[in-house]
Amino acid sequence: MMADGYSGEITEMGGAEELIGVSEMADDAGIAEPDMTEFREERDFRAKEVEGLSQGQIVWRRFMHHRAAVVSLVALVLVVILASTSIGWGPIPHWWKWSYATTLVAQPNQAPTLAWPLFSGRGFTFALGEFPFGADQLGYDNFARVMRGIQQTLVVILIMGVLTTVIGTVLGAVAGYYRGWIESVIMRFTDLMITLPIILVTAVLGFVFGAHGVLIVGTCLGLLSWTGLARLVRAEFLSLREREFVDAAKVAGASDMRIIFKHILPNAIGVIVVNMTLVMSGGILAEAALSFLGFGIQYPDVSLGSLISEYQTAMLSGQPWLFIWPGVFIILIVLCLNFVGDGLRDAFDPRQRRIPKARDLRKPTVEGPMVEADGQAPGGVTAS
Amino acid sequence: MLTFIVRRVIAAFFITIGASFIAFFLVAHAGDPLAKAAAIQQPQAREQAKLTIITALHLDQNFIVRFFLWLKGVLGCLVGQCDFGSSITGNSVNVDLANALLISLRLITAATVAAILIGISIGIITALRQYSGLDYVVTFFAFLFFSLPVFWFGVILKDGLGIRFNDFLQQDHGAFSWRAIIIVALLMGVIAYSLFGGQLYRRLITGGVTAVVTFGAMYYITVTHWLLNPSLGIVLIIVISAAMGLGVTVLTAGLRNRKALLTSMTTVAVGAALWYPLQYYFYQGFTFWKLMLLLLIAIVVGIVIGYLYGGDDKGLSARTGAITAVTTSFIIFTDRMMRAWHSYVTNPQINGRPIKLTLPATPLLKGDFWIQTTDVFTHLLLPTVTLMLISLATHSRFARASMLEVLNQDYIRTARSKGLTERTVVMRHAFRNALIPLATVVSFDIAGLIAGAVLTETVFGWKAMGKLFQDGLVQTDPNPVMAFFVVAAVIAVLANLLADIAYGALDPRIRVK
Repeated sequence: MMADGYSGEITEMGGAEELIGVSEMADDAGIAEPDMTEFREERDFRAKEVEGLSQGQIVWRRFMHHRAAVVSLVALVLVVILASTSIGWGPIPHWWKWSYATTLVAQPNQAPTLAWPLFSGRGFTFALGEFPFGADQLGYDNFARVMRGIQQTLVVILIMGVLTTVIGTVLGAVAGYYRGWIESVIMRFTDLMITLPIILVTAVLGFVFGAHGVLIVGTCLGLLSWTGLARLVRAEFLSLREREFVDAAKVAGASDMRIIFKHILPNAIGVIVVNMTLVMSGGILAEAALSFLGFGIQYPDVSLGSLISEYQTAMLSGQPWLFIWPGVFIILIVLCLNFVGDGLRDAFDPRQRRIPKARDLRKPTVEGPMVEADGQAPGGVTAS
Repeated sequence: MLTFIVRRVIAAFFITIGASFIAFFLVAHAGDPLAKAAAIQQPQAREQAKLTIITALHLDQNFIVRFFLWLKGVLGCLVGQCDFGSSITGNSVNVDLANALLISLRLITAATVAAILIGISIGIITALRQYSGLDYVVTFFAFLFFSLPVFWFGVILKDGLGIRFNDFLQQDHGAFSWRAIIIVALLMGVIAYSLFGGQLYRRLITGGVTAVVTFGAMYYITVTHWLLNPSLGIVLIIVISAAMGLGVTVLTAGLRNRKALLTSMTTVAVGAALWYPLQYYFYQGFTFWKLMLLLLIAIVVGIVIGYLYGGDDKGLSARTGAITAVTTSFIIFTDRMMRAWHSYVTNPQINGRPIKLTLPATPLLKGDFWIQTTDVFTHLLLPTVTLMLISLATHSRFARASMLEVLNQDYIRTARSKGLTERTVVMRHAFRNALIPLATVVSFDIAGLIAGAVLTETVFGWKAMGKLFQDGLVQTDPNPVMAFFVVAAVIAVLANLLADIAYGALDPRIRVK
């Protein structure tokens, strides 16, 4: 397979660059640049990296340096808290007065009462009001429904994320570790699964079990989305299984299971975690698409996608807020997950360094030696 | 290489058949095709309806037998005798599929081409201006587009922007308000400012000039109601074509290369000279194939001009000539399309609202080639933008990453240290190598576009592949669903195959096992 050859090559290149990075660090240590605070911070940051830190600590520190990712993580947590406390969720009590399932016959077609500071002509006040996102023609409170949609969406992607990660990791690990006919069978099976459309499988399972709830949709998405992860994990295992520590473990008499799960898997954890966040963000869009086409979560339960589908005509009938809010929350959650995934990818990637800006690199050429700027670029600037 | 391709084709063939079997199994269990017939009250009619469906779908046969009967029909495509079976209404799926496929492919092709062109350009520019304001803005938007639900954005485009623009044309007669003119002019200035590099002074000048030009253009559009009756005219055609010719020369050969510059300018001159006679040719009985023929002739003319100028770099001049010929032809074509615009907009069936929100084409629209083409474009516009955005985000991100990776290679440093111009380094050494990994990304993306097309078609009410699939599932009609599935799988497999072949051909480092 061609793609495999290429990914193998990349890992090898990565190894080489790692080496460059280390030697560079040693070079840098002796040179002092008083005016380049940002640059020095970067060096301190790197120097900390060679302190005795666990992988988790290193990853966490790197992650905390990715501003967009940290902001996204905070935003994501806030959305989850808002969705789970406002209308209540299981044992969590609710503080919002309306429920997603009760109609308020007296007040259909309410305009939204949400007031933003400076935007709604009421000065600096921020107020939710009676119906922050409006109410529809049946008298459902849109805010409560959107919150319920978020909850359902979260459950779907959790089920999906767990299924995807477990199936993808196990199949990829087994294929990459054992190679031979096992690998061929698993990878051909993966090729086969890729071609199956999610809509079809969901529709069929929905029909067979006579249900269109979160369980079915989450399971379907999970059963079909592991293919990418399996390929990635396999590629990772293909290169890791040739390393010395695997040989050492074998010589010491470790079983295959132990080598796979205790020795190799921790080294591939970065790929898996990053992929999990990205799969979950994709899963939200997939769930929304399914519900939009009418094969996902269906009335009386709601998801963000089914709300969009239901209020499709609201754009034309002068109530765009009914339609826009569920979409805004989809974008918000997916965007946050993507940024978190991006931050994790950078944090786990040993090749990835926080790079001084090109401007900072140019500065020393005025006074300092050219070599510095040039030597910095290839190791430091790596494409993500 | 050949054995590799053959092996891939065979493997792909069996994978498709295997996947079809699973899909067939799933579809067969997706519901009871007889349910609708069973609901008929009158016993005799009910039995009759049931019998029709049973014979049409071979329901009296075993499931395995049914699959092979179906497979036999589909494999007939290889020898030119397709049979996708019949739907529960008794119609042959072939006809529906052919119509739907044509419409869907048009959409997917338009979106793919647009996404590739725009996405890769954006990616390369942001890579060259890494960590600039532009880069950050583009990165944010790429992430945003990536997180966008297609159908949601489609509805907003359709019911928000589309309707507004039609109102704008119909009620305001395409006249901008002063506020809009000023805001857009300033915005364009800022974009130009961040797009171009160099000294602050130079960038400020660039931004200022762009703002002034935008202001002038929008004012002109408002005063002359240009949007209702647009045209370029020979002067603008020459100016724009010459500017594009210059741009092409800058990118391919550099302005120092006099022969290449002369080639591109001569090509523009030939195009401008042919503009007037071409109008007669355009007027009667023009078809798509004639258009393609003209484009081919233009390319040949460009190549010939390049060769006639001779010199050491004949090939380079010829290439410059060919690309300039394409851009000049495009300008002339645009001019002709604009001339058709007025009669299109005033057509009673269009009624002054040209941006179409539903259907793939205006039914029974009367008009020549130009009116029909305009009609196709106005219908394609919003769905293509909708479908394009996600791929646009992917392509621009990958193009940027890939370009950055290449720019940090040793051979780029070597090229620079040899004293090559930045243009040669970027266009010849970096750009070409950066395109290699994109072959894979683009092909993977096509599979995603098919799924996206289903959603887009639903939003815009197109009766195409998506509708075929969706209706088939809802009415538990197996054969249309299977037809969609086969076509989608074949497109995905073909795209993958093409990517592998392109990859192997482009990158000699890849060893074929």
